[in-house]
Amino acid sequence: MMKRRDFVKTAAAVTGGLVLGGHVLEVRGLAAGSPLHPALARSEAVVDPVLREILLEAVEAAMSAGAGYADARAELLLRQSVRTREDHVEGVSESASEGVGVRAFVDGSWGFAATPDMTTDGVVRAARIAAEVAKANAAVERSGVRLAPVDAYGEVTWTAPHEIDPFSVSVEEKANLLLEMNQVALRREGVRFVSSGVTCYRTDKTLATSAGTVAAQRFMRVGPYMSITAVAPDRSRFQQRGAVVEPSGYGYEYVLENMTPEATEVWADEAVQMLRADSVEAGSWDLVLHPSHLWLTIHESIGHPTELDRALGYEANYAGTSFLAPPSAVLNTFRYGPEFMHIEGERTSAGGMASIGWDDEGVPAQSWPMVEDGIFVDYQTTRDQVDWISEYTGRTRSHGCSYASGWDDIQFQRMPNMNLLPNQDEDLSDDDVLAAVDRGIYLEGRNSYSIDQQRYNFQFSGQVAWEVRGGKKTRILRDVAYQARTPDFWNSLAVIGGPSTYYVGGSLNDGKGQPGQSNAVSHGCPISVFRGVNVLNTGR
Amino acid sequence: MARTRRIDDLLSEAEAKELADRVLAMSPADETDVSVGSGWTGNTRSAVNRITTAGEVTNTSVSVTARFGRREASTSTNRLDEEGLRTAAEAAADLARLAPENPELMPLLGTQAYAPSDGFHEATANLGPAERGRIAADAITAAAADGDLTAAGFLTAGASASAIANSAGMFAYHRSTSVDYELTVRTADGTGSGWAGVAHRDRAALDIPSMHARAVRRAIDSRNPTGLEPGDYPVVFTAHAVSDIVGLLAGSLGARSADEGRSAFSAEGEGTKVGQKLLDEKFQLASDPAGLGSSTWQGDGMPLGQEVWFRAGVLEQLSYDRYWADRHGVRPTGGPGSLRMGGGDASLEDLVRGLDRGLFVTRLWYIRSIDPRTILYTGLTRDGVFWVENGEIVRPVNNFRWNDSPLTAFASIEALGRPERVSSSREVPPARLSSFQFSTVSEAV
Repeated sequence: MMKRRDFVKTAAAVTGGLVLGGHVLEVRGLAAGSPLHPALARSEAVVDPVLREILLEAVEAAMSAGAGYADARAELLLRQSVRTREDHVEGVSESASEGVGVRAFVDGSWGFAATPDMTTDGVVRAARIAAEVAKANAAVERSGVRLAPVDAYGEVTWTAPHEIDPFSVSVEEKANLLLEMNQVALRREGVRFVSSGVTCYRTDKTLATSAGTVAAQRFMRVGPYMSITAVAPDRSRFQQRGAVVEPSGYGYEYVLENMTPEATEVWADEAVQMLRADSVEAGSWDLVLHPSHLWLTIHESIGHPTELDRALGYEANYAGTSFLAPPSAVLNTFRYGPEFMHIEGERTSAGGMASIGWDDEGVPAQSWPMVEDGIFVDYQTTRDQVDWISEYTGRTRSHGCSYASGWDDIQFQRMPNMNLLPNQDEDLSDDDVLAAVDRGIYLEGRNSYSIDQQRYNFQFSGQVAWEVRGGKKTRILRDVAYQARTPDFWNSLAVIGGPSTYYVGGSLNDGKGQPGQSNAVSHGCPISVFRGVNVLNTGR
Repeated sequence: MARTRRIDDLLSEAEAKELADRVLAMSPADETDVSVGSGWTGNTRSAVNRITTAGEVTNTSVSVTARFGRREASTSTNRLDEEGLRTAAEAAADLARLAPENPELMPLLGTQAYAPSDGFHEATANLGPAERGRIAADAITAAAADGDLTAAGFLTAGASASAIANSAGMFAYHRSTSVDYELTVRTADGTGSGWAGVAHRDRAALDIPSMHARAVRRAIDSRNPTGLEPGDYPVVFTAHAVSDIVGLLAGSLGARSADEGRSAFSAEGEGTKVGQKLLDEKFQLASDPAGLGSSTWQGDGMPLGQEVWFRAGVLEQLSYDRYWADRHGVRPTGGPGSLRMGGGDASLEDLVRGLDRGLFVTRLWYIRSIDPRTILYTGLTRDGVFWVENGEIVRPVNNFRWNDSPLTAFASIEALGRPERVSSSREVPPARLSSFQFSTVSEAV
């Protein structure tokens, strides 16, 4: 079997990664290297002077057409996926999409238009349409929306921290790693099926704003996955162990560090053990939630309800509204959880999938408290939302949560990375935290997640559940799900682990808006204990 | 501004063929598949009684799949000039050369015969921003008429033309339109919420004023719900709620997972449950792509026809892709898309009149799998749940979380109503079920 160190060496030596993209910039003379081999070209974001001029022309055209503010955003999105099952490759695909979206703000209303035609004529035409749409919307009704101030940052760049650009590693290398791990899983007796894959994204984004910022940024995301299925010999039951590795905003090195033979052996063993596991006894249990599971509970029950547009009814027809409303009634008063519960919003962490240099309207990355000492203190905001709550928060600037999932989508408020901060008093280890539980269930990995449209009633399950007795994990249980009401659940938080248990999970495809847009976001948290949670038995 | 005839943005059959042939000629691979998609979508979104966003997007993209023996890879691009297309074709070939072999690849299909399918309607293709804006304004007016209601809606209309071609001579083209409109109306005090939705390929088939009226009525009627304990209740589900449950069943119909012993339709020991009566005899489910204006081919060019999945509650067959069908010596069916569920003549109101004591459910929400072995799912109700007694809606009640499976829900059918379009490519009836399992209360409105 290939050792990871050898593999890294091999991967680094391969220069044959093939992508479709990069060509527009290369044609314009910006980057060296063949369009088919951009791995040989630049690895950092740079401001392309030709593209900058085109975008500034678009901004200028929107302003001339009557906008009080405008931005133009060019994006080239590359996506590559390699999928395998058992001993063979199921699919290899790569896509590239590029274009420019222009947004105009006229008399309190937004207009947006996008074009794949990246010439000056093409983007200027889009800019004029954006201004016309904004005027038409403003004519219907004055919204009274005001933009919070933002500084001019001039020409700036930001590149996601990474060691290996995922597009510099060949599909052959990726497939071989996956097939190798599949073989490791299949060697475990009882494992019948394995599917695995890795999806890689790279986005080159250049934003020009009428507020005086031109930001060129490069983002990366990797999404490795594996699902292992064990089937009983008489086919009376089957069990799957999936969601084994979190997606990340780091480079391909993250895949190499996490898709290892040692880890795969553990996942395969869990799949087989679950087949023989006893079914859980329904009732009230203490829960010990590993960060690989807890991150999604945070995402669903704290992330979404703190979206300000949602709380004010702007998502009512789709995702719903929020129990954290109206802002005047909950800001600085609503108790989310115990005094040692602190939630931060941030777009600054290395490897965070929502991490940036500047957001999609030129606001710099920052971190800020959202739940402090257990009290809800702030929402997620964009420039046009700050005014709605500044009276209660004292904030006059955006938290930088503007994001569009592509060049043809209008940017709007999306979730930043949101983290539950670890225990600052004691660096409690996993074992220390388990020791605080006499009779409980320990859950690892995200599985089934469902929550109502105001984010009160949720029911979640994990990939693996262990019974905890006398402070120790004892046996694997099956058919475990827990159901709770958000404020009750968070107020039952009893113990949190220290910084050494902190771990970052996340979602590559968080949906919001109509037409739907996808956001990628990370959530870090320590291992945590919740007392007396309602556990169901989902077996039939 | 946007053209009024968006049909001009779609590739004609001749244009699509010319584009596909040009890409095929550029491909350095031994064998090549090309797919071309072009289309526009326009949308208008409203919330808090205002139009909040409106957009028009036109895009064309090309995908190329290159093969060398059993090595295969795909690329796609929206850059359609000579260099963009050539880059896509060459990169697909370069990726395919590096891809490990896939022993499950089936040979390319040659020329095929396809059933005609007309899914294109001018009335939808001409549904521009001005008319969409008027419809949104009408909804806001209908809500405002009551004084304390707020409307949030989303109307999207689109037209698309797609084509596939390969180096073995296969070519197929299909053009269709679709329109989908939904409206949520909430009471200002936050205690009531109503929803209604309509969809079709043909905008002329939509009755929008009565859809607005339904959402408004459900909002008003749902105000100040009273508490009801969770439990098993008889229910009347709207067609939209039924459609959600149908989707869960359709997603479990793969023959391969059943043969592999990891499906609700695997028989213990060996074999599958095909031929067994699993659901109520009133349950019928079929795919009907031509009847619903969908394309009558799938991505690899395989023709798609009518396929019956359940007849009189009996599982008639499972779905086979070409590889699995070939291995088992059966006819490939393609996946269970463009679904029609059979029904009767009753209206939704008739179904309520037949309910002694139970719940009327407008809409289901946030449905997630719990156990694929039993097709057990969890989800919630939303935007209007009402207690019914002696055939009359008597009061609004709280929302619920539910835990249930199509295998039990559709085994308990009491009556089915008239099928209606719930999306451009699906038609299902509203239903009265003798039991559905509501597990906990949701205080969300």
